[in-house]
Amino acid sequence: MTAVPTAPAVPADRRRAIRRRGAARALEGWAFVGPATVLVLGLSIFPAAWSFLLSLQRWDGFSDPVNVGAGNYAYAVSDADLWAAVWHTGLYALLFVPSSVLLGLLLAVALNRRIRFVGLYRTAIFVPFVASAAATGILSTYLFSPQFGLLNTILRDLGLPPQGWLEDPKQAMVVIALMSLWGSAAFTTVIFLAALQDIPAELVEAALIDGATKRQAFRHVVVPQLAPVIAFATIWQTVEALQLFDLVYTTTRGGPLNATQTVVYYLWNAAFKQTEFGYGSAVAWGLFAITMLITVGVIVVSRRARIEAF
Amino acid sequence: MTDLLEAPAPAPAASGGPAAASRRGRRGLPFSPWHLLLAPTAIVFAIPFVEMFLASLTPAADLVQVPTPLIPSTLTLAGYASLVTTSPVLLWLGNTLVVAGTAIVSHLVLCSLAGYGFARLRFRGRNLGFFGIVATIMIPTQVLMIPTYVLFSRIGLLDSLGAAIVPWLASAFGIFLMRQFFLSLPLELEEAGLLDGCTRRQVFFRIVLPLAKPALATLAIFTLLGSWNDLVWPLIAINNDQAFTLQLGITTFQGARRTEWSLLMAANVVATLPLILFFLVAQKQFIATMTFSGLKG
Repeated sequence: MTAVPTAPAVPADRRRAIRRRGAARALEGWAFVGPATVLVLGLSIFPAAWSFLLSLQRWDGFSDPVNVGAGNYAYAVSDADLWAAVWHTGLYALLFVPSSVLLGLLLAVALNRRIRFVGLYRTAIFVPFVASAAATGILSTYLFSPQFGLLNTILRDLGLPPQGWLEDPKQAMVVIALMSLWGSAAFTTVIFLAALQDIPAELVEAALIDGATKRQAFRHVVVPQLAPVIAFATIWQTVEALQLFDLVYTTTRGGPLNATQTVVYYLWNAAFKQTEFGYGSAVAWGLFAITMLITVGVIVVSRRARIEAF
Repeated sequence: MTDLLEAPAPAPAASGGPAAASRRGRRGLPFSPWHLLLAPTAIVFAIPFVEMFLASLTPAADLVQVPTPLIPSTLTLAGYASLVTTSPVLLWLGNTLVVAGTAIVSHLVLCSLAGYGFARLRFRGRNLGFFGIVATIMIPTQVLMIPTYVLFSRIGLLDSLGAAIVPWLASAFGIFLMRQFFLSLPLELEEAGLLDGCTRRQVFFRIVLPLAKPALATLAIFTLLGSWNDLVWPLIAINNDQAFTLQLGITTFQGARRTEWSLLMAANVVATLPLILFFLVAQKQFIATMTFSGLKG
């Protein structure tokens, strides 16, 4: 494109013409990409840089900011409440990520066949995907209400003791993970379905003809083909899990006894309730760093696993 | 894009037929054993929405009895009536329609223009611009929300509907999606158009865009889901109940009115039913959207 040879042999007026053509092209190109690019970069690169500067300050948004260097980060490391939030977030990720990947895999395998009602099953499992976190949260408080909820009504009918659910510090995170699974099973199922349908049918047929059982063919032919998608789904769901906020806000608001206070909930509270913009920014950058570390970690582990597998 | 709604053809009778029959026979079931997994799962997945619709039509008094009756004594629209008369829910619905509508139109126009520019035009700064766009995909919203809040407060955008709209005008994901789509189109059509004397703009609007309907549908659904369901940003940026979006508005019932179940569930129905209906009629396009957001990784 711009690699036009500008050897001395080219006369000056032609060079000027080429330059003019380059300017015209740039004008045309930026007329296409300019508005969206300015919006996207302006609302991300610029705030991200600003956020990093904020993380080095103590600022409530009104009075003059005070430079504290790495002070916010140092405070974060020693902040027991933040560590508790990290622990709650980790617990949620452990509850949610493996089960969402496994459930997605299982449902994709089950739905990937021509049986009666499969369209109905698929619709029932996929529809919750469109439910907002706000609606899902409010619905959870109804279904899991200790007094009036469906779950405890069923338990009572079965003669079992009713549970506290969202009002029990030990159970609240489990309920939130269950409702997340309800809303997001569609996503993992769909990406596994797409991956399953990309596997050439001949591969499985060849294995079956060679005497493999269906189970062996699945374990040794289908699963290795799915490995990259499993790694991707794990990363994606982990990133989602580490950013849990909406469902906490719409169910427990961090309670009971802070048992569901996640990192992002803690961040939101620090930044927008206590107006600690600097400290909130430092927590956000810490979360970003941890997310990147985990992502890279999963990629490295999955690369290694695949090398060993082959 | 792969059509996920079409299950693979059954294996040819010669290789799979008898084996399949014997497997089925071994368990002694007159139907595929997968039904034993799928039917209960589908019912469990359907229960929350069924409960939501039922409760929204149940008299409020029924829902605060212990034990709560599984079947309502009568069906009533009282929950909806109380929702509409005691809260600005219709205003919030209108606000959300404005936000989502603006977001979709703006996304379709700006992201398809930019996607085409990055895919097909050669100009100074293109690679740098596209690299910048891709890099921003990784930045999490938590990093952006504090400075964006401060920025919006400086330009006087907080507490207005504009605060909810501006972040949804364009997105890196949308630009990326449209660029990938335009790269997959054959060049010949556009070259023929240019040779016939069309300008780039004419080529884009008359030749390329009509071919882009599937990608535009994916982009529209992605934007609809994101802007309709967004909670955290309106929660931060809008503190004025005249400018609440629907999602933000319904969370305000959780204080004093948190046990008015029929009203709460009616609000939930208002907030979810439009997307549920849309999903039911355009399931294929929704699935394509989910598949694409999976493929970009």
